[in-house]
Amino acid sequence: MTDLLRTPLHALHLELGGKMVGFAGYDMPVQFRAGIMAEHTHTREKAGLFDVSHMGQVVISGGDWDALATAFETLVPMDVLGLKEGRQRYGLFTDKNGGITDDLMFANRGDHLFVVVNAACKDQDIAHMKSALEPALDVAPVTDRALLALQGPAAETVLSELAPEAAGMKFMDVATLMLDGAECWVSRSGYTGEDGYEISVPSEHAESLARRLLDHDDVLPIGLGARDSLRLEAGLCLYGHDIDTTTLPAEASLTWAIQKARRQGGAREGGFPGAEAVLSQMQDGPARKRVGLRPEGRAPMREGVELFAEDAGGEPVGKITSGGFGPTVGGPVAMGYVPADKAEPGTVLYGELRGKRLPVTVSAMPFVAANFKR
Amino acid sequence: MKYTEEHEWLLEEDGLIVVGITAYAAEQMGDVVFVELPEEGTEITKDDEVVVIESVKAASDILAPLDGEIVEVNSTLADNPALVNDDPTGDAWFFKMKPSDLSPMDDYMDDAAYKEFIGD
Repeated sequence: MTDLLRTPLHALHLELGGKMVGFAGYDMPVQFRAGIMAEHTHTREKAGLFDVSHMGQVVISGGDWDALATAFETLVPMDVLGLKEGRQRYGLFTDKNGGITDDLMFANRGDHLFVVVNAACKDQDIAHMKSALEPALDVAPVTDRALLALQGPAAETVLSELAPEAAGMKFMDVATLMLDGAECWVSRSGYTGEDGYEISVPSEHAESLARRLLDHDDVLPIGLGARDSLRLEAGLCLYGHDIDTTTLPAEASLTWAIQKARRQGGAREGGFPGAEAVLSQMQDGPARKRVGLRPEGRAPMREGVELFAEDAGGEPVGKITSGGFGPTVGGPVAMGYVPADKAEPGTVLYGELRGKRLPVTVSAMPFVAANFKR
Repeated sequence: MKYTEEHEWLLEEDGLIVVGITAYAAEQMGDVVFVELPEEGTEITKDDEVVVIESVKAASDILAPLDGEIVEVNSTLADNPALVNDDPTGDAWFFKMKPSDLSPMDDYMDDAAYKEFIGD
C-alpha cells in the first residue's frame, strides 16, 4: 500500500481527536470526538468546518473570458460563456459516450477560470483538461492551497467577523477575501444543503485560519462521515457512486445543470464530448432515473441494495447507489436508479435487505429543505 | 463476565446467558441507528447471525455465542438504538438465551484477557 497523502490540516485533525481513514489517497478524518450524528446535527443547526483540501483545485488562464469559456465549453455541457464574473456554476465532464467522468464546480474569477474537482478523479481530470486546452491556454493545478468548507446557518455570522464582505455574497458568488491576513478565494456554496462557504486558502495559512474559525463557539470540526450524510439528505450526488461513466446526465436527473444554450435548439447546442448521446437522452427521456428513496422503518438501505417492483419474486428493477441513516430526517434515506415509469414520487418499490423485501417509497429530493442565501 | 473475539460480553444470570456488545465495540461502531432482534423462542446454533446492528457507518452482526434458545429480547433497543452507545454493558443488552451446551464458555476471554485483546 502506498503512503497516504496529508493535507495541511493533518496535524490539527490529530490534535482534535480525528479518527483517520484513507480516502482518495489521503489520510482524512472520518469523524472527530463529537461523532458523526452530533457533527451532522451541529452543521444543520450552527456551523461545521470541513477540510476538503484533498479535492483538486485548478486555475485555467491565458486568455480573456470569451476564450477561456469557449474552450471550456468543449469539455462540459454547461453554459460557461454566460457565467458572469464573480459567479460559480456546477458542471460535469462527459466522455465520448456521454457518460459522466466527474462532477465539478467552476467559477469566473475575471482573468481566470477556477475549477474544483473530486479528489479521486483529479489526476485524470487535470490530464483531460491539459490535453484538450493546452497549449492555447494554461491549465495549472493549484498545489499550494488548502480548501476548507464552513457550512451551516451560522456560517455567515462566523465568516463575517473575519471579513464583513462575506455577508454580502449570495449563493454561488465567488470573491477574493482577506481572512486572517491571507488572500482567500471564497465561494458561497458547499455540499451539505446548508448556507456556507468554501475557502481556498494558502497552505501555510490554513491551520491558522482553521483555528480562528474553530475558536468560534458555534463552529465544530466535521469529518467525512457527516459530510456524506449531509450531502445525502441534500440529494447531492457522490461521484463514483450515484454518477459515473455509465450514467448520462438525464438519467442522473442532472438536466437542470445543462443550461438552455447548450441544449437542443440552443445558441451553442452540443459541442462537448458525447453531446449526441447526452442531448438525445434528454430529448427522448431516459429509460431509468436517479431518484430519492425513503425506506420504511428504521433499517438503513445502503449502496448495492437491489430494488424490486413486487414484494416477492421477479427480477430487480433498480439499485440503491447511496444510502444510510439521515440524522435530520430521523430515518433512513437513499438514492438510486429505477425505471422511468417507476420514478414518480410516491411509487412504492421493495428493497431486499438480508433476504427480506421491505417497502421503499420514491421521494422528492432534497430530503431536507435547502437553506441557501439566494 | 466473559468476552468473545467478536466483542460480545456474556453474563451468566439464573441459568441464562445475557448477551451484549462491549463499550470498545460500541465506540468503534459509532452512533447506532437500528437494531434488528431475533424472535423470542428462536433456536440458535453457535455462530448464527442473530442480531443486526446498523450504525451511521455500517452494518454489523452479533453471532450466537452458544447453542441454545432465545428466551428474551431487549425490545427497548428497537425504539432507542442509541442506548447501545449510551450504556452498552448495562441497559443495552440484546438478548437472553438458554444455553444447551455451556462448554464454549471456557474458551471465551475473561476480563483481563479481553483487555489485553483490545490492547487496553
